[in-house]
Amino acid sequence: MRHLLSAADLSLDEAVRILDTAGQMAQTQSREIKKLPTLRGRTVVNLFFEDSTRTRISFETAAKRLSADVINFSAKGSSVSKGESLKDTALTLQAMGADAVVIRHQASGAPHRLATSGWTDGAVVNAGDGTHQHPTQALLDAFTLRRHLVGEGADAPGRALEGLRVAIVGDVLHSRVARSNVQLLHTLGAQVTLVAPPTLVPVGVEAWPARVSYHLDEAIADDKPDAVMMLRVQRERMSSGGGGFFPSPLEYSRAYGLDARRLAALPEHAIVLHPGPMNRGLEITADAADSPRAVIVEQVANGVAVRMAVLYLLLAGGSAAGAPAGARTETKVDQ
Amino acid sequence: MTSYLLRDASPLGDGTTDVLLADGVVAALGDEAAAARDRGDVTQVDAHGLVLLPGLVDLHTHLREPGREDAETIRSGTRAAALGGFTAVHAMANTTPTQDTAGVVEQVWRLGRDAGWADVHPVGAVTVGLEGERLAELGAMAHSQAHVRVFSDDGRCVHDPVVMRRALEYVKAFDGVVAQHAQEPRLTEGSQMHEGVVSAELGLAGWPAVAEEAIIARDVLLAEHVGSRLHVCHLSTAGSVEIVRWAKSRGIDVTAEVTPHHLLLTDELVRGYDPVFKVNPPLRTQRDVEAVRAGLEDGTIDIVATDHAPHAREDKDCEWAAAAFGMTGLETALSVVQEVMVDTGRFTWADVARVLSTKPAEIGRVTDHGRPIAVGEPANLTLVDPNVRRTVDPRTQGTQSSNTPLRGREISGCVIATFLRGRATVLDGGACDDQVVIA
Repeated sequence: MRHLLSAADLSLDEAVRILDTAGQMAQTQSREIKKLPTLRGRTVVNLFFEDSTRTRISFETAAKRLSADVINFSAKGSSVSKGESLKDTALTLQAMGADAVVIRHQASGAPHRLATSGWTDGAVVNAGDGTHQHPTQALLDAFTLRRHLVGEGADAPGRALEGLRVAIVGDVLHSRVARSNVQLLHTLGAQVTLVAPPTLVPVGVEAWPARVSYHLDEAIADDKPDAVMMLRVQRERMSSGGGGFFPSPLEYSRAYGLDARRLAALPEHAIVLHPGPMNRGLEITADAADSPRAVIVEQVANGVAVRMAVLYLLLAGGSAAGAPAGARTETKVDQ
Repeated sequence: MTSYLLRDASPLGDGTTDVLLADGVVAALGDEAAAARDRGDVTQVDAHGLVLLPGLVDLHTHLREPGREDAETIRSGTRAAALGGFTAVHAMANTTPTQDTAGVVEQVWRLGRDAGWADVHPVGAVTVGLEGERLAELGAMAHSQAHVRVFSDDGRCVHDPVVMRRALEYVKAFDGVVAQHAQEPRLTEGSQMHEGVVSAELGLAGWPAVAEEAIIARDVLLAEHVGSRLHVCHLSTAGSVEIVRWAKSRGIDVTAEVTPHHLLLTDELVRGYDPVFKVNPPLRTQRDVEAVRAGLEDGTIDIVATDHAPHAREDKDCEWAAAAFGMTGLETALSVVQEVMVDTGRFTWADVARVLSTKPAEIGRVTDHGRPIAVGEPANLTLVDPNVRRTVDPRTQGTQSSNTPLRGREISGCVIATFLRGRATVLDGGACDDQVVIA
C-alpha cells in the first residue's frame, strides 16, 4: 500500500490487516504512556483545504502518538481559482520533505491528483475529498462494527464483517462517508442498505453493491439491521439555493430521522453510528444520540487508532506482518 | 505563384489521377494534368497512395484570440488547422471581448486573413456578451466584411425560449443559422462530468443527458414553428440522436454536429481524474458513442466539428473541479473519423469529404470551400496518407496548447499536404512556415 486514496483500493486482506493493526494500536492507547517511537524523524503534513477540526485533530493525534513530526497546513479557500494552486502547495511540501501528506479537499479527486501527478513523493492519505471518498472514516466505522458485532465488545483480529447488515441513512448523494462505507463494507462481507429520499440518492447507484430503500421504517422492519449509520444532513439542502432536495427539515426528520421509536424498533443488539458532527433534532434525536446503543463517541477514539494504523502501515509497515514494534515491546519514552 | 502537380492522387479514395494546381484553382485533371509531369516550373508532389479530399472545413473552433493569446492565437490555431487538413475554420464567439459586434468579428476575420494558414470565418454571438438576454447586432455582423452567417453563444446555451425564438427568426433575413450549445443551465449547475454510474462513484456533480436533449427538443420545435434553420452543436447523447432523427423525419430544417472525442471516448476515462478529459458536453457512455456513430453513418448527424478548445497549461494542471472544460482536436479530427468510420467500413472517403468539408461549408454558407474536385474549382485541398500510424504528441503539434485527450495514443492516418487556393500550407506532413509567412 503506497497511498490510501479510496476504500475501493483495499483488498479484503489489506482491510483486515489495517483493522488488526488498529486493534494493536488501540491497546497501546489504554496505557498510561501512549506514545510509540515508530515514526520518529518522519514528517506528516496535514494539508486541509476544508475546515475539519475533528478529522485534523484525529490525524494529528495519531501521528504524534507515533512520534512523527506534524505540520498542519490549513489552506482553506486557497485552492479553487484564488491563491496558491494545489500543485504549488504540493511542491512546497515536497521541498520541505513531507513523508506523508494527509489531505482534505473540497474537490473530488484532489488526493488522486496529488498522488499521481508527480507533485510529491510522499504517501498520500485521503482525509476526505469532495463528495468522493473518506476511507479512514470507513475503516474506523468497520473497526467499531467489528468490536461490537463480531468481537462482542473486544477487537476480533483476523475477522471481517461477513453477514452483518448495515443501514446507511441520509444524504447519500453528497456523502463521501457513504461511498467509502459501501465499498469497504462490501469488501468485508457486510450487506448494505442505503436509506434516503430519492432526491438524495445518486443517479448511477444501481452499480453499487448495496440495496436502496426510500423508507426507513421498512428498512428497519425488513432488514433488521445490526447497525444503523446516520449521515449528516445539511439544513441548507432544503432551500432552493441548496438544491431543494427535500421540502422541510421537519418532513426529513419524520421520514428519515432516528428517534426513540425507531431505536426501539431495531434489534436488541443493534448499534448506532454517526460520523459527526451531528445535527441533533434533524437526522438524529438526543434520545438516539445519547442512548447506550450509540457508539458515536467511541468512533472518535477508534479514529485515532485506525489512523495510527494507516500511517504506520504506509510509512513503516510495508513488509512487516502484523504488529508495530512499539506495540509488542515496551515503549521507550520519548522526551 | 508556385504550381503543383499531385501525381497519382486518389480523389475521394476512388481511382487515381494527376491533379494540376495553378493560379489558385484546379487547372487540370487526368492526362491533361499529367502533361505537366515534365515541366520544371511545376512542383511535383508524389501523391501515390494518398487520398485527395476537399480542404476540410471546421464549423466549431476556438481560436482564443482576442483575449486568451496564452492558450492559442489566430495564427497558431489556424496553423494547427492546416496541419490537420483544414482550409477554413469557424472561430467561436466566446473571446474577450466577445465577438458580438461588427468591429470584433472584422478584426478576427482580418487577423485570420493576415495569418494566411486557413480562412477564418468568425461566428457571431447570438446575445450581447453571451449573456442570453439581448440579441447582439446580428445584422451588422452579417453585413460586415466578416460576412457572418453562423451565430452561437457556444459555451453558453441560449436558454431563454423567447430569445432563442427571436434569434431563429431574425437570422432568416440574411440566411444565417443559430448554432445552439444545448445545455439546460439549471440542470447543470456545477456539473463536472456525465451523470451516471461513473459520476456516482467518483463523487463528481453530474451533467445529465436530459439537459442536452430537453433543449434540442425545444429548439427543433421552435425552428419548426418559425420556419428557421437550426444547427445543433456537439451533440453527445443517444437521446439527442433520436430527437434529431425525429425532427428530420418531420421535415424540420435542422443540422447537427458531433465532435471527434464524442465519437471515440467515454466517461470511463474520468476515473483517473485527469482534467485533460474534462470537456463540455462531457464524455458520455459507450452506448452514446455507439449511437452518435450510427447517427453519423445514417446522416442524422450531418457533420463532424472539432470543438477545438485550447487551454493554458495551468488551467488543466490542477484538480478536476478547478480545471477548464475543453480539449484540442484540429490535428487529430481526420484520424479519428478515419479510425471510427472508414477503417470500420462504415464510411467511404466521399462520406468523409461530406461530413468534414462539403456539408459544414454548406451550413456555414461558405461558398469557396467544400467544392467538388473538378477543373476550375478553387484549389482548397488536402492530401491524406491513410496507411500510416502515428503517436499523438502535443509537443510536436501546431496548436499552442497541450490538452489533447489522445496524448500517447497511436492513431491512423496523417495529413501530408494542404493547399489553400493553390498555395501549400502543409507539404510533406510539415507546415510551410516560410511560404505562408511570405504570403
